[in-house]
Amino acid sequence: MGPAAGAGEVPLEDQPMERVNQPVSFWRGFGPTVRDVWAYRELLGQLIRKELKVKYKDSVLGFLWTLLRPLLYLLVYAVAIGVFLGSGRVIPDFGIYLFTGLLAWTLFTDIIGGCTGSIVGNAGLVKKVYFPRELFPLAVVGAALVNVLLQAVILVLAYVATWNFPSVGDLGLVPLALLALVLFSVGLGLLLAASNVFLRDVTHLVEVGLLLWFWMTPIVYDWTKVRTTLTVDNDLAWLFQVYLANPMANVVLAFQRALWPGGQTEAGAAFYYDGNLYLRLGVIIAFGAVFVWFAQRVFARSQGNFAQEL
Amino acid sequence: MTDVIRVSGVSKQFALRKDKSLKERLVNARRSRENAEEFWALRDIDVTFASGSTTGLIGHNGSGKSTLLKIIGGILTPTTGYVERRGRLAALLELGAGFHGDLTGRENVYLNAAILGLTRKQTDAYFDEIVDFSGIESFIDTQVKFYSSGMYVRLAFAVAVHVDPEILLVDEVLSVGDEPFQRKCLDRIRRFQREGRTIVFVSHSLDQVRQLCDRAVLLDHGRQVVDGTPTEAVRAFRDLNQAAEEAEEEKNVDLAAQGTRRVTISEVSVADSDGRPVRTLPSGAGLQVRFRVDPGSRLDDWIVGVAVEDSGGQVVWGANSDMQGFTLPELSGGPEEVTVEFPEVPLSEGVYQVSVAVASTGNRTVYHRVNRVATFRVVTDAYEDGAVHLAPGYRVADRAVPRGGVPLDSVAGER
Repeated sequence: MGPAAGAGEVPLEDQPMERVNQPVSFWRGFGPTVRDVWAYRELLGQLIRKELKVKYKDSVLGFLWTLLRPLLYLLVYAVAIGVFLGSGRVIPDFGIYLFTGLLAWTLFTDIIGGCTGSIVGNAGLVKKVYFPRELFPLAVVGAALVNVLLQAVILVLAYVATWNFPSVGDLGLVPLALLALVLFSVGLGLLLAASNVFLRDVTHLVEVGLLLWFWMTPIVYDWTKVRTTLTVDNDLAWLFQVYLANPMANVVLAFQRALWPGGQTEAGAAFYYDGNLYLRLGVIIAFGAVFVWFAQRVFARSQGNFAQEL
Repeated sequence: MTDVIRVSGVSKQFALRKDKSLKERLVNARRSRENAEEFWALRDIDVTFASGSTTGLIGHNGSGKSTLLKIIGGILTPTTGYVERRGRLAALLELGAGFHGDLTGRENVYLNAAILGLTRKQTDAYFDEIVDFSGIESFIDTQVKFYSSGMYVRLAFAVAVHVDPEILLVDEVLSVGDEPFQRKCLDRIRRFQREGRTIVFVSHSLDQVRQLCDRAVLLDHGRQVVDGTPTEAVRAFRDLNQAAEEAEEEKNVDLAAQGTRRVTISEVSVADSDGRPVRTLPSGAGLQVRFRVDPGSRLDDWIVGVAVEDSGGQVVWGANSDMQGFTLPELSGGPEEVTVEFPEVPLSEGVYQVSVAVASTGNRTVYHRVNRVATFRVVTDAYEDGAVHLAPGYRVADRAVPRGGVPLDSVAGER
């Protein structure tokens, strides 16, 4: 059914009759959808381009906003937590420490927030044109990835400015952490996008949920504080394990380990997470892959009703 | 001929739920079943579309035409039944559905082309042609939110017709743009037909259906009523309309009444030339419009006006007795029967409605006017456009050509 299938070369009579919206079993529909999405990859590219262009169209600063927003967060947290609460005196290169975490977090919120509204926001298209609905959330993911790449430029500039580069040894964690983040957030995004069609409250729930999640993730504070509070001050080691089970906590910890040069200094070493991050990310990736599969199946189940619910 | 689309036993049920937020659902939890209003938009539709055919879907608003088109296009899933099809499909359900106001015309062309299934390379190749077809070269780098609605649909249609589909679904989009542009669109559709593509289209313009289609399906309240030649389907549709309009007339007689009511008109009816009440007459036959006038008291200065409108509200004939050079005799005060006789009504096929008025000379005071109170239908055996039925003869090399040499259906198909 894909447009790029090149069906034009085969005479019409010789093409097989295909059933439209063939009902597929819950277990087997993933492969055909992936093929379908692949066939529409050009459209996906166009949709990503649209997302990027439309976001800052008619604004004077345009793309600079992509960079200004995280910089502003950085400034706020650096002053409030680094200076006023004193974390900056303990954690070396606190600005970069913050920024690595914010980088991962911005990507996550961009994907989750964007996906949630992606079907409802494109109601006009969903009701009038057929193509795999998964393209809408995926376009959001693509645009978010482009944004994060641009924001990474700030990080590189910071390295150059401080002439302090991360060690090569742990850089392998970055692609793993990104993969884990993308898989996890795509799965979640698909579920949220579909449920938002039927229940508009989801948009608001997501807003609140993300705020809560932000503070449950060691981005602006360091994870050792949580460990101390839970395992040393209170006998709640299990709760600490629950805290660490948060996929985003692992992603952020991995980002900090790989991209925060301050950790190589003696003062900073204490703030490195010393668990086996490769193993942890591996588990999250495996879980994420199953999660994406499951979320896509749920999404596919409900998408037949999108056009009439919108 | 090969079947390209097969619709088998398709029904579609819609549940209209009015509460969308969590709060509303919780508050209305007990009533949520009552809130879910269900209705069948389509019931047991079985149709096949052969390759190279052009089929019109006609019916009232809400009869399920667009729903059927969306199910064929894969946008909606049927509640029961299924659709099979082969070949590339382009659905023009709404022009510019994928347009984004903040993007320029050029960017939108690429985006919309991708939505309709063109690759970037193909769009590059067609780009100049698309812009040329749309006729808005000078605005192509302007954001489309600054376009007039006409420019918007022109560009959208231009993109749509350059997609190279084997199946084209068209929903009521041929009626956009100014007249030259519409003609351009129709030419394009005809070219698609010549190229042997399969077209399914929804239209409210019955003339368009008769001109373009070789087959028509009439839907009424989600059911397939007629599946036959365009003439058959259009005729059946007009029957439905006539019944609906007659029902409406009875309700609206008083609402439509205007004038001072110094004189009242009642019992308006249509009869054939022998005075027998009729609803349907062949084109060219005689017609009488009869009604009762009750002047209440003596009336010497009065005229009678009659107007005949087609189903589109266009007046095909209208005049009053004064304009026609008749001076009507004085009425003594009692009710009188008035008959307006038309020896010959050479109208083209369609449903017509009659309005009657009584006024003082020169229309200074309208005593009573009743709009669209009687309906009649004209049938012809001819395929023709326009308001009047003119049965021409043909001579070639000064020899009269006999009628009926070629089957009518194939003649119609070529126009």
